[in-house]
Amino acid sequence: MKAIRKILDNIKPHVQKGGKFEMFHSAFDAVETLLFVPDHVTTKGSHIRDGVDMKRTMTVVILALLPTLIFGMWNVGRLHFLSHGETFEIMDAFWYGFLKVLPIIIVTYVVGLGLEIIFAQQRGHEVNEGFLVSGMLIPLTLPPDIPLWMVAIATAFAVIIGKEVFGGTGMNILNPALTARAFLFFAYPADMSGDKVWISEKADAFSGATPLGDALVGNFENIPSPMEMFIGTIPGSIGETSTLLITFGAIILLVTGVGSWRILLSTVVGALVMGGLFNLWGENAYMDMPAYYHLILGGFAFGAVFMATDPVTASQTNRGKYIYGFLIGFIAVLIRVFNPAYPEGMMLAILFMNVFAPLIDHYVIEANIKKRLKRAKA
Amino acid sequence: MSKDKREKEPLFSAKNRKLLINPLHKDNPITTQVLGICSALAVTAKIKPAFVMTLSVIAVLGFANVIVSILRHGIPPRIRIIVQLVVIASLVILVDQVLKAFVFDVSKQLSVFVGLIITNCIIMGRLEAFALGNKPWPSFLDGIGNAFGYGWILIVVAFFREFLGSGTIWDYPVMEQLGVYNFGYQNNGFMILPPMALIIVGIIIWVQRSKDKSLVEEN
Repeated sequence: MKAIRKILDNIKPHVQKGGKFEMFHSAFDAVETLLFVPDHVTTKGSHIRDGVDMKRTMTVVILALLPTLIFGMWNVGRLHFLSHGETFEIMDAFWYGFLKVLPIIIVTYVVGLGLEIIFAQQRGHEVNEGFLVSGMLIPLTLPPDIPLWMVAIATAFAVIIGKEVFGGTGMNILNPALTARAFLFFAYPADMSGDKVWISEKADAFSGATPLGDALVGNFENIPSPMEMFIGTIPGSIGETSTLLITFGAIILLVTGVGSWRILLSTVVGALVMGGLFNLWGENAYMDMPAYYHLILGGFAFGAVFMATDPVTASQTNRGKYIYGFLIGFIAVLIRVFNPAYPEGMMLAILFMNVFAPLIDHYVIEANIKKRLKRAKA
Repeated sequence: MSKDKREKEPLFSAKNRKLLINPLHKDNPITTQVLGICSALAVTAKIKPAFVMTLSVIAVLGFANVIVSILRHGIPPRIRIIVQLVVIASLVILVDQVLKAFVFDVSKQLSVFVGLIITNCIIMGRLEAFALGNKPWPSFLDGIGNAFGYGWILIVVAFFREFLGSGTIWDYPVMEQLGVYNFGYQNNGFMILPPMALIIVGIIIWVQRSKDKSLVEEN
């Protein structure tokens, strides 16, 4: 640690205002505050400055994502060998997936952080660390064989149009990771949907449909057992398959208080309510599917835990969080069952509710003001 | 206004030039006044229809402004909107017939949007705001200027949407000639969808306002 501190202290004078490499000062700042607790102190008043700043918060989320990531890598390799009918060891599969997924992660971080640093430098801001998490989320929502240049374009789109035009981290309306995914989904549907893309370099004869895709077209005999889907040995986006490990990540987020339990709970309730209503309706096989299947199919769990709870784009008020979460779950299942063009309703539901979150907050606050006025008059 | 002063004014006085130039940039109907967005989203998937649309709007807006300006003392204020609509509608029908006669395929692509020029807010807006209170020649310049301001945005948006979305420029397969498909390049399907037109218009507004700070509203 001391050695790193020494190196940083040596570089510091050169990149500060007036130094030779002033243009790198944002980049330097980012590295320094990531590695060490910043030495800002409060000068006035009795505010408490905690060591938990945004970077630490983000680190917790990354930590919560790691199990899913590692499992995802293994699953990518496993499905690849399985589709070719080859035998393999656990490490073989992991290594194969690792080599597939790592380039996607690197591209996302290089493009995303590069753009963040350029914008921060231009505007004279600190580099915002929001991208640490987005950069990890983006690869996890993509299929393993996605061409890297598409990843680069989508990341650039998400950072510039999704975030920087609104003023950077904390000001964005839409979740940046989902913006990237939605961009790819609409721009390059051939590489982002269907039953060809979810298994890396799939053998032609092997069915590569995700359980969600099977459910949509009514192939219920192809859907694996709930246990298999819960553990996550099914085709899908890199990080979305294992509900088990996502639950593990959810526990980390909830225990540390980084994720909101209100949103998470109400999202699950929303999906179950809608699923239950469809069960009662029961017009076709998809509607008859047990409601809890929706929780383990596709990206529902991943979206609910890591996307819906994003503190920037979610509702801020406690009552608003219940409404926001409930509608995400509700709409996600609605889109899944009713709209054959968009098998994964979770992405669209979250983006949709992102847009409405400020409106929900507005009415929750108005209602509260009215209530208190009434009490004051009485 | 004093008539004798106006009569001495040369055709392209500084004031008249401003009428023509301002809508191109500072007072652009799309990026500053935010009018006519609907058709900007609808006809900009390719350059050709966008270009034809631009020409149509130039013709309609130019003539409508002149006609309404000539009639401006005879139009009773209470029914002025309906009179303006009659003028615009007749001109649009003329344009539509010309398009059908000479460029039928483009006319088919534009489909209802030629007819919908009638409801294009820019046209009613200019008639109300300018032609009703000004002489024919300045009205003509104002109409042409605004139509050009509308048109160049349309064509820029259409250029990016066609180039990135279909890989062509004016139906010429540029991307194919460059051979980028062999490297795994694919056309961006999102560009064909209307939301992307809105985003491109947004980017143009962003660029324009970061260049010219006087356009940024206080809030």
